Amino acid sequence: MTDTPFVIAGRVFSSRLIVGTGKYQSHGLMVQAHDASGAEMVTVAVRRVNLHDRSKESLLDYLDRSRYFILPNTGGCYTAEDAIRTARLAREAGLSNWIKLEVIGDELTLYPDNAALIEATRVLVGEDFVVLPYTNDDPVVCRKLEDAGAAAVMPLGAPIGSGLGIQNPNNIRIIKERASVPVIVDAGVGTASDAAVAMELGADAVLMNTGIAGAQDAVAMAEAMKLAVRAGRLAYLAGRIPRKMYGSASSPLEGVISGLRT
Amino acid sequence: MKIELNGEPFELAGPLTVFELLARLDIDSRRVAVEKNLTVIKRGEYARALVSEGDRIEIVNFVGGG
Repeated sequence: MTDTPFVIAGRVFSSRLIVGTGKYQSHGLMVQAHDASGAEMVTVAVRRVNLHDRSKESLLDYLDRSRYFILPNTGGCYTAEDAIRTARLAREAGLSNWIKLEVIGDELTLYPDNAALIEATRVLVGEDFVVLPYTNDDPVVCRKLEDAGAAAVMPLGAPIGSGLGIQNPNNIRIIKERASVPVIVDAGVGTASDAAVAMELGADAVLMNTGIAGAQDAVAMAEAMKLAVRAGRLAYLAGRIPRKMYGSASSPLEGVISGLRT
Repeated sequence: MKIELNGEPFELAGPLTVFELLARLDIDSRRVAVEKNLTVIKRGEYARALVSEGDRIEIVNFVGGG
């Protein structure tokens, strides 16, 4: 079955799985997991250079730029201003003008601050950034982000790192139905079936970090996620059967031996 | 002179350029981005941009994240 290409801001991706670079036990393990995931886009964070320990290797040494498109994030920012500054720094660091925009509103849940997120999106779009905002699973917020110029919307499935799976499948479906930019389910995926559910709901892609990096075997989970995203996408395109209240026999009702029924 | 470097007080002889500051800190300029008093310094301006007394400097790089 042929699929439409997955395109963000004119850039075509053949993989619908986007993966992070955080929380891996080693850079070597991360490289193997990325390879197994089949992903073409990976996220990175922007942080102060450690002035006291300059011995640390650079993450970029472990990311093959000819193979992976790198998407910096503004993770950890709690205000629009900090997120905007971080985005500008990320762009100047020389990767691209793409930014995964995060403006966190609450430390416990890591849910986004919607008002600040929309404001930061507007400012960064005005500065020619390709903005991919991490948002809550609210169709109204997603519409406002799209109106502000977001190149995609990235509703959460569940809180970051929670592994709870898609908590509000109906909202993801509605967001996809209404959006005219790609919808990427970002955060909350705990295992392969969660990724498949996201794709079956119609999401254009899934972004995850902890679900892979935190698994006991990160490389095996990366492969599982690759297959789940493909399976979910294919099932979405195939068109599932409607849910019914009662059984409906798969075998013919006629010609069954013995006719004695009371 | 005293500056604030990545949120901490820092003392060094100066003023000096951003390029000189990175060299003094043994930081590969191709791997970082620099902000002075909340404004990003363009890479091409490192050799001209001056770091002076009281400046707030941020030097960032990429680390693992989701």
